[in-house]
Order: sequence, then structure tokens, then C-alpha cells
Amino acid sequence: MLPLENVVLCRESQVSTLMALFGERHHFSFPSIFIYGHTASGKTYVMETLLKTSELPHVIVNCVECFTSRILLEHILNQLNCLNSSKDECTSYIACDSFNDFVRLFKKVTQDQGVDDQTVYIVLDKAEYLREMEANLLPAFLRLQELTNRNVTVIFLSQIVWEKFRPNTGCFEPFIMYFPDYSIGHLQKILSHDHPPEYSADFYAAYINILLGVFYTVCRDLKELRHLAALNFSKYCEPVVKGEANERDTRKLWRNIEPHLKKAMHTVYLREISSSQWEKLQHDDTEMGQLKGLSAHAHVELPYYSKFILIAAYLASYNPTRTDKRFFLKHHGKIKKASLMKKPEKTSNHLLGPKPFPLDRLLAILYSIVDSRVAPTANIFSQITSLVKLQLLTLVGHDDQLDGPKYKCTVSLDFVRAIARTVNFDIIKYLYDFL
Amino acid sequence: MQWETLFLRSQFDLMTSNQKYLSPQTSYRNFLSLLLLYPHLKAQGCFVFKPDFKRKKVSFPIADYFNEGKSLSEDSKLRFDTCQLLWQQMKSEAEELQEELNKNLFDNLIEFLGKSHLEFQKKSTNWNYQIKSREIPTAAIVLGVNVTDHDLTFKGLTEMLKDTVTPYVVSLQAKECPDVKHLLQKLASQLMGCVDIESTEEEYVQSSQRKMHYSMAFLSTWYRSITKKTGSESVNKKVTSSQWKESPPIVIILEDIESFSTKVLQDFIIISSQHLHELPIVLVFGIATSPIIIHRLLPQAVSSLCIELLQSLSCKEHLAKLLDKLLLTTRFPFKLNEKALQVLTNIFLYHDFSVQNFIKGLQLAVLEHFYSQPLSILCCDLPEAKRRIYSLSEDQCESIRRLPSFMRYVEKQIPEKQVALLTHERFLKEETLRFLEELHIYHENFFLVLRCFHAFVSSLPKYPLGRQIRELYCACLEKNIWESQEYEPILQLLRMLAKDELIAVLQKCVEVFKSSPGKQLGSMAEKLQEFLAQFQSLDETESNEEENGSGSQQKGFQKTDLYHLQKSLLEMKELRSSNKKQTKFEVHRDRVVDLIDNLVRKFLSPPDTQTLYEVVYFTGAHMLREHLNAAPRIALHTALNNPYHYLKNQALKSEDDSIPNVAPDICIAYKLHLECSRLINLVDWSEAFATVVTAAEETDPNSTASEEIKEIIHARFIRAVSELELLGFIKPTKQKTDHVARLTWGGC
Ligand SMILES: Nc1ncnc2c1ncn2[C@@H]1O[C@H](COP(=O)(O)OP(=O)(O)OP(=O)(O)O)[C@@H](O)[C@H]1O
Ligand SMILES: [Mg+2]
Repeated sequence: MLPLENVVLCRESQVSTLMALFGERHHFSFPSIFIYGHTASGKTYVMETLLKTSELPHVIVNCVECFTSRILLEHILNQLNCLNSSKDECTSYIACDSFNDFVRLFKKVTQDQGVDDQTVYIVLDKAEYLREMEANLLPAFLRLQELTNRNVTVIFLSQIVWEKFRPNTGCFEPFIMYFPDYSIGHLQKILSHDHPPEYSADFYAAYINILLGVFYTVCRDLKELRHLAALNFSKYCEPVVKGEANERDTRKLWRNIEPHLKKAMHTVYLREISSSQWEKLQHDDTEMGQLKGLSAHAHVELPYYSKFILIAAYLASYNPTRTDKRFFLKHHGKIKKASLMKKPEKTSNHLLGPKPFPLDRLLAILYSIVDSRVAPTANIFSQITSLVKLQLLTLVGHDDQLDGPKYKCTVSLDFVRAIARTVNFDIIKYLYDFL
Repeated sequence: MQWETLFLRSQFDLMTSNQKYLSPQTSYRNFLSLLLLYPHLKAQGCFVFKPDFKRKKVSFPIADYFNEGKSLSEDSKLRFDTCQLLWQQMKSEAEELQEELNKNLFDNLIEFLGKSHLEFQKKSTNWNYQIKSREIPTAAIVLGVNVTDHDLTFKGLTEMLKDTVTPYVVSLQAKECPDVKHLLQKLASQLMGCVDIESTEEEYVQSSQRKMHYSMAFLSTWYRSITKKTGSESVNKKVTSSQWKESPPIVIILEDIESFSTKVLQDFIIISSQHLHELPIVLVFGIATSPIIIHRLLPQAVSSLCIELLQSLSCKEHLAKLLDKLLLTTRFPFKLNEKALQVLTNIFLYHDFSVQNFIKGLQLAVLEHFYSQPLSILCCDLPEAKRRIYSLSEDQCESIRRLPSFMRYVEKQIPEKQVALLTHERFLKEETLRFLEELHIYHENFFLVLRCFHAFVSSLPKYPLGRQIRELYCACLEKNIWESQEYEPILQLLRMLAKDELIAVLQKCVEVFKSSPGKQLGSMAEKLQEFLAQFQSLDETESNEEENGSGSQQKGFQKTDLYHLQKSLLEMKELRSSNKKQTKFEVHRDRVVDLIDNLVRKFLSPPDTQTLYEVVYFTGAHMLREHLNAAPRIALHTALNNPYHYLKNQALKSEDDSIPNVAPDICIAYKLHLECSRLINLVDWSEAFATVVTAAEETDPNSTASEEIKEIIHARFIRAVSELELLGFIKPTKQKTDHVARLTWGGC
């Protein structure tokens, strides 16, 4: 195995702190360590490589996968149980119902595996999910050493600071460590590290330099950057492969790749088109022409009355109730209109977001904006429910569903305008904000 | 008996109106109102039912309903069988169509599956693959808002995948997955059910049954062992393609992506992508609205998906094809009249976009037609009808004589023939057969000419008679199309078609006529081809002559609005009259248009001009509307305001608007509350209630027994009020003591 410095870059200080904490194999270490940092700051990676290269007995559990405490506990025990054997050999399955059992079984398993004389490391990755499990789990893990009376260290990895974890009843305080974000120099170094075998390190480093120049302002996520680097590298190499430029012709290579990366920023990076589509585009060297991004398919076709229900819901959500008379009553008083005239200090309802409205108001507006007579049939009601189902409306306040359900309209102005245009309804005329 | 039919029909209503999305308030209220009326129904002894739907279906032979209340019992069975047979044929035709339409989508999906997880198969070690983050291949299928139709599509999809790609197909619905635990549980149980190899099951069942919590890690061990075990054999004998033999993908279909919660989806995707190197998972999202919803639902997790969009056929196109297959054809004798067709298409276009509901509506129409029209016994194919005609009973002959279209025909005959038709049974039968044959030929010609005419009309700007053939069909069903006000302008516009357009339209028409060799119109194809040949030969001789003629102006008016159109029409007229000399092309064009005009006038007369059209045309539009577009609020109001409408008890009948005191308490309370304003005084209401209830009973108000009666009445009042509250008509209010608030409009 490669020495640690060659695989873990730019984390020297964190690694040395950890090594110091761990100490010798048989030394007792800190009972619990809490490591936090943004995504892709190398928490999982550093921990994993560190434990592996130093061949320490450890288990790594991802808490997302363990949606009940029982799965979590059994997962830890069963992995421990297989420490010395490969996966397929382990057949016996350890079941564990409670933390009490866990403590007992933990002692037994460590003894069986012959690791009771050295520190065992339990890494709980994505520890923020622990907060949603039973309340006793986190405090118990924090003091596992004390509870089991064994040489064990629990390491929590999280994107959230410790303060958000601490139960208000108090608990054992772990040793806290922060993994800071990588600087651009770090990123350059780490990304350049895994260059393809066919090309020289310098060539790849130049590519990464260009890539970071384009993307660093919008994205500092190492994983994402690496993904983008892999996706676009073949395009960068294209002139070299075709023999149009040599590897040191940086200007020419830059001119070739830069617009391409800019395009990538608006498409693959936003997941407007998928990486496979992007690669295919590159491969075929076709223009984006016929391939439209996800957001180009914004149009939704709705049945005639659903359109009006949606429009009515939008009006009900963004117009104050008191203005309904002015908009929907045929013979509203002239004086009222004057008093409703736009006051300069009024805040736009569109800035405040949609307001809930009762079903009856929706129906009343619906009847007045549809030119033909609509009977309140089951079909109309079921359309309202369907719109809720499609997330174009939402139901608010679940308590009084039977007597007075209230809804909110969640679509954007652009969306509803597009809908209104298809039924020749000038929605702007009916919106108080645009008076 | 009434109630049973009613109930059967309301069951049908429920079946047809898409249950899933029926608003909870409405259906629940409807149900409540039925329940509240139930004791009164039982008291009358006319309505007994067990609320066990499955049993009911078995224990009531539906055929029995066909002879209910009719004396002609012997033919009811036959009618029912005819109906069943016909519907079976129509249904399988519709299913075939669905399959055919889905084929394209399915092929795309298979292609997509073929591309995904290539690396997984090859255990690739290349640099690109190692560095790139692993993304879950995801097919986003945009299915449209007709959610009721999706079930069928997914069912077909699952079957197809299981047959051709992988045994591991799982479909999940949002309502089964409130959290990740349930999702994985559902996923695991469906996956394990996918393989029917006993040994593997047992192994895992031991450990899993006890746990009942499946984790992804558990699934990946399961997958490893199952592929290893069956690697050499092939997991599924059905799966033929070699690509998927070694490691068949696990396809997870999320049927209604909009309804999933962000948290569940996000976690699930994180977990899945963590195991992607062990489990070749492919996701399929069913999207009802637009793909943007993916970004809205999964702001972060979207970056671990590799999404490809697949589009399914639009429901409007599906409907058009369906109509083409089921109604615009002589294959099936059954037809809808204009109103009934309108009702069905309106429900489709205005309310649900659901093709399945349309089909169910059509089924209802078929059922009702055979149920209510005794002569529908002749609504079958011609040879069969011939046989049946001769065994018609006297009563049935009589009902033929009573048909309006038949009477119209009789009136036009000479007296001797009139007598023969009305008295001579044999002669009547012969004539009936002739009518049916004529009707068949009429339809044959009708649809050919309709398609041909549609080819012409749909080439015109602004689609004067609608873009879809369905609209033109409705117009033709309604009245003589050549008398409509759009018809003349259409002919004028046709007389100005540019040559290339005219040729294209003519080619379409030739296709139409060639496709089905009708007897009378057999020669039409040749005739049109002759025209075509003439136009094409004109090309060489007269091309330049035309340039400076009207030809150059054609293009100009295609896209302008109506006003300009009319103006240019006028100009054209002038132009034509000014230089009288028409080009050869124009002469031919006029002849073509004349030909079409003749065809339309001859063959597109509406069906009600045909004798005996009632036999095959369903005319109960009203009934369809009532059952398919139910109005719960109105029904509830009717039930409470006029209980006689449902209960059919003579005592409840009241001519004026008064309340009979024998009406159910809730009806009395409801009627009284209608007269109140927004806030109702409970004391006044109670007194009014007591007055109505005791109106008939002339008891001595001072007797001791009346105290007790009063209390009973009071209790009855309280119950009625709380029932009204349950139904959502009133609710308690804090504004005024001893008052309740009305929740419905109306009153003063
Ligand atoms: N110091 C480093 N040297 C080399 N590679 C690194 C380093 N830090 C991170 N990486 C690379 O970046 C990838 C992402 O890092 P990692 O998964 O550890 O981030 P994380 O902090 O655990 O993120 P999250 O909070 O999302 O789990 C790793 O797979 C690794 O390849
Ligand atoms: Mg991590």
C-alpha cells in the first residue's frame, strides 16, 4: 500500500492530529471524535484511507442507510464480526434489539475477533441522520467506551456543526475537529493528482487549471469538479489526438476547450442534460440543436377546466380577498374602485408569495371567469384534487379538510400566463399587483 | 327495484369517475348522505344491500337487469350476450391500439436500458469510468396529466420489461412510501417475489422475516448471491437477450414522482448511489406534469442521476386514434349520436384527458343502448342480423313500427305499401333487412367521404370545421353539413388551393379510397388518380402560364387572419371575373371541388335521415351526462330537499313546496334551514321543527304524554342538526350564543 502522504493530499495537519489522538494500537484513545466540514472536504476519504493504511480494526457505517437504530446496531456488529474474514465467509447473523444488547454483544464480538486489546474504531458517516433516530442513541455512542468498558473510539462524520447535535439534556462532549474547505490551490493539486495514465501529469494539470478557471466561481465541490473534468477531458485531448496540436500547445488547447466548458456550465453542470447525453454530443460533434434541456419542457397540457381552476387559484392566491368584488362583480361601485387605486407603499403580493384561500372562494372566482356555466360536478372537484396531486396546488391546514379545505397555488406567474394564453384569458388584467 | 338499479349505476359511476382522484370531501359526503338516508330506506323494505362489493358482483347476474320491468324477457338474454360480445371486441381493439401506441415508448426505454450499466457489465477499469461520479441511470417518462391512464401504461411496461430485459422490475407508488423504511421494504418484497427460485428465498427469509427491515446492504448481498447462483443458467428463461444475462438490471419504477416527498426520494437516491457498484439500479420516473419537477423535488440529489427524457404519446392523439378505430369504422355496428359523442369528448377535453375514462364512458353507452333499446338486438353484424330478423316476435315488429324513422318512411309511401308495412309481418321483415343493409352501405360511404372531406378541410387555414376529424364528424352527425354557414366559404377556399397542396390532398384521398373498396365509391380512387395525373401533366405545359396567374398569390394568404382572407377572396373573385379566361389548372381544380361537393351532399347526410338508424345509434346523451359527470352537491340537495326523488314513497310526494311531516328528520331540518340567513337561531329552528313534525298529530298539548313526545322530538331535532353538521351544511359559531352558521350559499 502507498504511504499515506501520497494518497491523502492537503490534509497533513488533520491527519497528524488524528494520528496523535489514536496513539499506539493498545492505547486508549479519545472516546468520541466529531469531524465536520462541507461536502467533499474529504472526511470520509481521509478517515477511510487512514484506518485502512494503518490497518486498524474499524467499521464504517453510513447512517443514511440505517433508517432504524436496529439496522445501525446490527450493521456495526456484523461488520465487526467479519473483520478477519472476507465477506462471503461470514454466515452467522447477529441480531440486536436494543442498545443494551448492543453493549453486551459488542464485548462478545470484540473478544471473539481478538481485538479486545487494541482500539476499535467505529465511524458513523453522515451522522446528522442520527438526530432523527431514538434520542438515546447519540449520547450512548458518545460514551461507548465507558459503557462497554472496552478500548473503542466512535468517530462521527457530519456536514453540520456540533452545536446542532448537542441534546439539551447535556451529554459527553466529543473531541471536535473541522475540515476546512479546500482552497483553489488544494483543488488544483488534488484534481491533478489522478491523471489518466496515457497522458503526462503536466498536461493534465494544465487542463485542470483551465477547468478551475471556468468553474471555480460557481462550484467548489471536489466531487463535482472531478466529474466535470472526466466528462470534458476527451474534448481537451481532441486536437492532440487529431495531430493538430502538441501537448505543450497550451494556447491552442485553451481556445479549443474554453467555449466548450462554458457551454458545459449551462448544461451538464445544471443537469439540464445528462452526462451521457453530453458525452454523446461530444462524440458525435453535433450541435445542441435538437437536444433540449429539461427546463425546455416546461409546458404542461391540462384539460380545459383545469386550466381555469388553476387560473382562479392563482388569482385567489395573489389577490386580496377584498378586491374580489372589484374584479369579478359585474356592477361594482365606482367609488370603491377609487379607494382601491394603487397605494404607492403597498408591497407586491408577488413578493410575499401565495396566500391560502378557501375552496368556496376558488369556486366563486372560477364561476365568474369561465364564460360558460359550469355545474359543481364531481369532475370539477376531482380536478382540484388532481391539481393538488400534481403539486400545482397545495392543500394547507390539514385539520379541517372536510368542512373548509384551504389551498395555495404554487405555480409561477410565467406558468400561469402561458396557461391563460391558451384559453385567451388576460390574467394580468385581473391581478391586483399589476393594476 | 329502483334503488338497486340506482345503486348498480352509482357503482358504475364510481368505477368510471376516477376513484383515486375523487375529491375526498365530495365522495365522503355523498357516501354519508346515502348512509343517513339508509335507515329510511330499510324501513320501507325496498332497499337491502350488503356493502360487500365483490360478493355482490358474483351474486347478481347482470343479465337479469336486462329484462327487469320488460315483458320481452326471451330476448333480454340475447341482447345481453350481443352486448357483451360487441364490447369484448371493442375492448380488445382498444387494448391492441394501446399496445401499438406504447411500442415506441417501450422500444426507447429498452434502448436506454441497453446503454445503461455497460460498465457494470464489463467491470470496466478505464480511467474515465473510475473518475466520473457514479450516476444512477434514470428514465423520466413524461406521461401527461391523465393520471388514470398511467396504470395501464405501467402495467404494460412492467410486463414488457419482465419478458425481455430483467425479472427485477419493481413499481412503487408514493402512497406506499411515506418514508425510506417503507420504500425499501416494498422494494425488497417485490424484488424477492420476482424470482421464483425456492432455495434462495428460504435462506433469506429466515433472517428477513424476523427482521422485516430490509436495508440496501441486505439487498446487495441478495443480488450478489442470486446472480452468482444463476449466472451460468440465466436468471430467467424468458429473458433472451444475452446482454442482460449476467447481471440483469434492477428497474425501479416510481409511478407518480410528483407525489413523493423530497426527503424520501433524496435519501433513497443517496443510498442507491452508494450501492451502485453492487446493484445495477435503473430508475424510471413517471411524470405527469413537466420534467422540471425533478429539479424542484431533488435540488441536490439530482446530481447523482443521469436523466434521459422519454415522451409518451399525447392523450389527445390517443383519443383520435381510438375514435378512428372504434367509431369511425363499419367494423362495429354500434354508433353514438352527436350529443352522446359530445358528452364523452367534452368530459375528456374539459375534465380529465383520460382515455380510459372515455373507454368506460363508451362502455356505459353500449350497455345502456342494449339495455334500453329493445331493437338493439339487431345491432350486430349483417349476416347475424339477417338471421335474427326472421325470428323477430310480433312485439318486436311492433316496436319497429313505432320507431320514428320508420314512421317517417311509411308516411312517404303509397297507401298500399303503407298498409303492407303496418300489417304484413313478412313484408316488414324483408323491408327491415333492406334498411339494415342500406344502413351498412350508408356507413361505408359515409366514413370514406368523411375522411376524404377531412383531408380537404384540414388543409385550409384556420381549420374552419375543426382540425380533428372528430370535430368534422360531430358536425356531420348534427345536421346537413352543406347547410352550415362554414360550408360555402370552404368551397371557395378550396377553389383557390395551390397546385402542390391540392395534389397532396388528392393523394391522401386516393389512399383513403384505396384502403377500403366500397361498392359505390370503388371507382373514386381511379377518378381521383386521373385528376392527379392531369395535374402532374400540367406541370410541363403550363407552369409558366400559371406563375403570373393566381398561383403566385396563393402563398400570400395562407397565414393571414380572417379579415385579410375575406378581402383576398373578394379580390380573387374580381380577378377571375375580369380575366374570364381560366387556366387549365383552374378548370381542373374547379372540377375536383365540384366532385367533392357532390360527394359530400350525397353521402354525408346525418344518420337520423336513415330509416332504422335508432337500432345502432345510441341517443341517451342525457343519461351519460348524468352518470359520468355526477354533481354531488346537487344530488345531496335533491335528496334532502325532495326525498321523494329517491325514496319513491307516495307519502313524501308534495306538489307545493311544503314539507310532509313524515319526511326523514334531516330533510325537515334541512328544508327549514334553507329559509334562514347566515346565522341560524337554534331555538327558532327547533320550534319550527317541532311544529312541522307534530302538524298532523292532533294531540292535546296539555297531556302528560306530550311532555315525553316533546322530549323525543327534541332529541330527533338534535340528531338531525348534528347530521347536517356532519354533512357540512352548518357549523357551530362563537359569534352569537345559541346560533349556528350556515356554510352554504342561498337563503336571504
Ligand atoms: N485530501 C484528498 N486527497 C485526495 N482525494 C481527496 C481528498 N479529499 C477528497 N478527496 C476526493 O474527494 C472525494 C470526496 O470526498 P469525501 O467523500 O471524503 O467527502 P466528504 O467530506 O465525506 O463529503 P460528504 O460530506 O458529502 O460525505 C473522495 O472520494 C476523494 O477521492
Ligand atoms: Mg462522506
